[in-house]
Amino acid sequence: MYELPSGAEIQAIITTLKTSAVYYLPEIYLSALFLVLILSDLVFRQKKNQLLSIVSLFGLTGSLWFIWKQHSMTGQEIFFGMYVIDEFAIFFKYFFVVSAILTVLMSMTSDELNKRTSGVGEYYVLVVGMVIGMVMMASSTDLLMMLVSMELVSLAAYVLTGYLKRERRSTEASLKYLVYGAVSSGLMIYGFSILYGLTGETNISEISSVLLSRGYDPVTLMIASIMILAGIGYKVGAVPFHFWSPDVYEGAPIPVTALLSVASKAAGFALLIRFFYVAVPHGPDTGAFTPGSEWLLLLMILSVTSMIYGNVVALWQTNVKRLLAYSSIAHAGYILLGIIVMDELGTQATLFYLISYLMMNFGAFLVAVTIANKTGSENIEDYRGLGRRMPLAGAAMTVFLISLVGLPPTVGFIGKLMIFSALLAKGSVFVWLALVGVLTSVISLYYYMLIPLNMYLRESKQPLPDTIRSGMLPQLVTAGLMLLTLYFGIFFTPLSDFARYAVTLFGNQLY
Amino acid sequence: MLSLIVFLPILAGLIILAVPSSQKQIIRIVTLLAAFGQGILAVLIWQGYDPSLPGITASADGSLDGSFQFVERLPWITLDLGAFGTLNIEYFLGVDGLSITMVLLTALISIIGVLSSWTISKQVKGYFILYNLLSTAMMGCFVALDFFLFYVFWELMLLPMYFLIGIWGGPNREYAAIKFFLYTLFGSVFMLLVMIGLYFSVIDPATGNHTFSLVAMASQENYIEGSIFGPESVFWRYAAFIVLFIGFAIKVPMFPFHTWLPDAHVEAPTPISVILAGVLLKLGTYGMMRINFPFFPEVFQASLYVIGVFGAINIIYGAFCALAQSDLKKLVAYSSISHMGYVLLGLAANNTEGMVGALYQMFNHGTITAMLFLLVGVIYDRAHTRQIDKFGGLASYMPVYAGIVTVAWFASLGLPGLSGFISEAFVFVGAFSAEVTRNLAIVSVLGIVFGAAYLLWSLQRMFLGKRNPDAVYELHKDAEGNDVIHFHDWKGKNDLDGRELAMLVPLAAIIIVLGVYPMPVLGMITTSINKLVEVLSPVVLTALN
Repeated sequence: MYELPSGAEIQAIITTLKTSAVYYLPEIYLSALFLVLILSDLVFRQKKNQLLSIVSLFGLTGSLWFIWKQHSMTGQEIFFGMYVIDEFAIFFKYFFVVSAILTVLMSMTSDELNKRTSGVGEYYVLVVGMVIGMVMMASSTDLLMMLVSMELVSLAAYVLTGYLKRERRSTEASLKYLVYGAVSSGLMIYGFSILYGLTGETNISEISSVLLSRGYDPVTLMIASIMILAGIGYKVGAVPFHFWSPDVYEGAPIPVTALLSVASKAAGFALLIRFFYVAVPHGPDTGAFTPGSEWLLLLMILSVTSMIYGNVVALWQTNVKRLLAYSSIAHAGYILLGIIVMDELGTQATLFYLISYLMMNFGAFLVAVTIANKTGSENIEDYRGLGRRMPLAGAAMTVFLISLVGLPPTVGFIGKLMIFSALLAKGSVFVWLALVGVLTSVISLYYYMLIPLNMYLRESKQPLPDTIRSGMLPQLVTAGLMLLTLYFGIFFTPLSDFARYAVTLFGNQLY
Repeated sequence: MLSLIVFLPILAGLIILAVPSSQKQIIRIVTLLAAFGQGILAVLIWQGYDPSLPGITASADGSLDGSFQFVERLPWITLDLGAFGTLNIEYFLGVDGLSITMVLLTALISIIGVLSSWTISKQVKGYFILYNLLSTAMMGCFVALDFFLFYVFWELMLLPMYFLIGIWGGPNREYAAIKFFLYTLFGSVFMLLVMIGLYFSVIDPATGNHTFSLVAMASQENYIEGSIFGPESVFWRYAAFIVLFIGFAIKVPMFPFHTWLPDAHVEAPTPISVILAGVLLKLGTYGMMRINFPFFPEVFQASLYVIGVFGAINIIYGAFCALAQSDLKKLVAYSSISHMGYVLLGLAANNTEGMVGALYQMFNHGTITAMLFLLVGVIYDRAHTRQIDKFGGLASYMPVYAGIVTVAWFASLGLPGLSGFISEAFVFVGAFSAEVTRNLAIVSVLGIVFGAAYLLWSLQRMFLGKRNPDAVYELHKDAEGNDVIHFHDWKGKNDLDGRELAMLVPLAAIIIVLGVYPMPVLGMITTSINKLVEVLSPVVLTALN
């Protein structure tokens, strides 16, 4: 029988909500931005200008200030333990907002979006909506909250993927994404419910302590683990939960592909790290390398298959977006390596790798947008002879791609260096993982170099003008990202310190 | 000084970036000036170099004074890694006897390469920017004393090389370029892992921190007990030695990792072949001497025979392949493989004579093979073919060319009086006096015989006798009734022109001078080689254990 809460209890709840709201300002601000964008779309519908993109650009930039303010509020649990503020979450909030800013910049220059759709109003609204979801994913410490925020991200992503309504492949991609998404969410909910059945708790720290104190049936926990990993694996695009990603990446508008491949993936990793490090019991000897569950093995399988499958299948791709889709599967594998290490250095390497991935992947997609605007094609064949005609795009693409391979002097090299250092710092146990990592990165060289190969080494079949000009904005952003990729490849201390600062995880029992 | 010699070409590259691409002459001149600048600096370094200081490791008191010279050492990156202390990467340059000769060689070949690039007319701006980048990376590799820095320079070479072969190369250039890239990267990713492992295994005695310093890594007492490459970690030390060796052997290139080389050489434009053969291959053996052997000396001691066998295979196999070639450039490429085999054999001898011979052979191979490739380029520019049987009797019509070819060919086969002889003789003396490589030395001498065979045979077919019936050139009578050679659509001078002479004569002079009086080079390297042999010797190892 259910009793109504007494007045005092309600009073206490309201007080908690009030005090929590102070710590929830970035999310409130972003939600307000979301509403402002909807309203301005309604009010200024007739005018075909960049109003919405500029509002979302400034709005998103403004949110950085609110996130920055949170540095003084870390270590705080709010909304009855549903949500935390820690440096780890703040790092990801910056990450998502910056990704969204880059996506907006990219969308502003994309002909695909601006000329071939009926309007871009809802587009920016959805991007901001997705950012809200991702920001919440990084902070959630409760199974329900995790689920809700993940669904928010997914819903926005389904619509964004199908935004080119008149293109069949875009619609098809959206439907595919939806179906796969629904299944894997379903699995994850089932896994969560088993976990709840085992412990009677939804808060991840509580789950961990109950599992430890009360003991558990390993088979049941294993089943729950696999189901939860299916949900998270789908989000990060790791093999064998990757089947949606090549089709979705190919069908979605390029800026959306970039957002999905970087931010949505990173959100999945944020959730994975928090869940894995906090909810999974690691035994009483937390310092040593003795994980208390079979999760580590599962993650190793995911990581190794992702690296091998992603890099090998990418060899046969002829479409740049598909190629980058398989590359992003492979990169999910590299990032998982950093998580497997399960110590500060590993987390630091993971976070560093994510930043480097943000720069190089957004850069590569931005160049793809620039080229698609000019040629209307995403086929590698149609990149022939473009290197000489678009010098900046060609040089920048080469830099981004060698960074994705992991060659110095680029930030991608430092990312790989940190990941492998974290692995080898554990002595010889993880050497085999590092070997898989480096060998697959040699394979990756071949397909990444296909793009510069076509851009520089081959002449186009159709006559092209001697120089192809693109707009000011994409050039500036491309050049900026290229210089950052190179600069942080040589002087990476600031980035690495930033990542190191962000490894603090609320309720973490590993380090 | 070393920073300047390394980064001068990059500066030139940045200047070129600002020059409009129509100003081809300015672009060439800027690059040439940078290369000459490097040359002058190299000579200054050579003049200021004190050959009595050994290098290789730090001095007995742990300092670099009295060991390395022209040292520049700055903290570059300091990372806080929490429980793992701090990650220290240094900007650390310096030269010793191993690198000084290579610095001189690199500066020399860079100048020759620019001169040889003068005729490149396609996308000149891009070409010279990449050329300068390559030049910086090569020089950087030879003077870097921090493993991280070395690795950055090492990898930095790959991309410009890929484009230089891929854009300005021959018909099959795409294949050759990516093959080169994949092979070398395959070797170097293992180096990356070993580098990280070494970092966690080595402590710089001066600071007590982990370090990437190649100098600290060369002293076995700096390895920590219980670390992955620590003294008792036999399995991992062997594994590291083997993968490092493969990484460097790919660059040498050592059989069976050599197949990228003939492809790359045949497709690359002449100046890039010159650089590739003249400098890049040396990086492989330099890496062995600087990194691979001194870091894992006991494994080196255990694998002398294997290295020697591979050296002997390289010598004989390269010579046989060269004998079978109908393309002159491929012949030179295989002769290059054969000659790098002498370096491996000399290293396997593990004594001062052999090692001195190996290092001297590296220098001589650089100058001689550069000359061979330039000479191939000369005839290819005129005739647009390199098929040996498409010529014949060239000596009568291009006497200067034939004369210089003869010098280069004889230097390559090791004629006494020319520099190649001395280094090969040292290698054989060393290999013969060491018990383990004695039989190999006897077998390898056959390589000299086959070397003489393919070189003399090609010389005979191309230059002696009369014009072949299906030769690519015609003969016309001039006013005095003498035969004058005529190539299709070749407007320039039939025999060597001024620019070609400017490249070839200095090289020929160096080859002759160093053949008669090798002390300028030998004097510089002997102290360091003695030190290297001492570091590698089993005596030191047993004393440690």
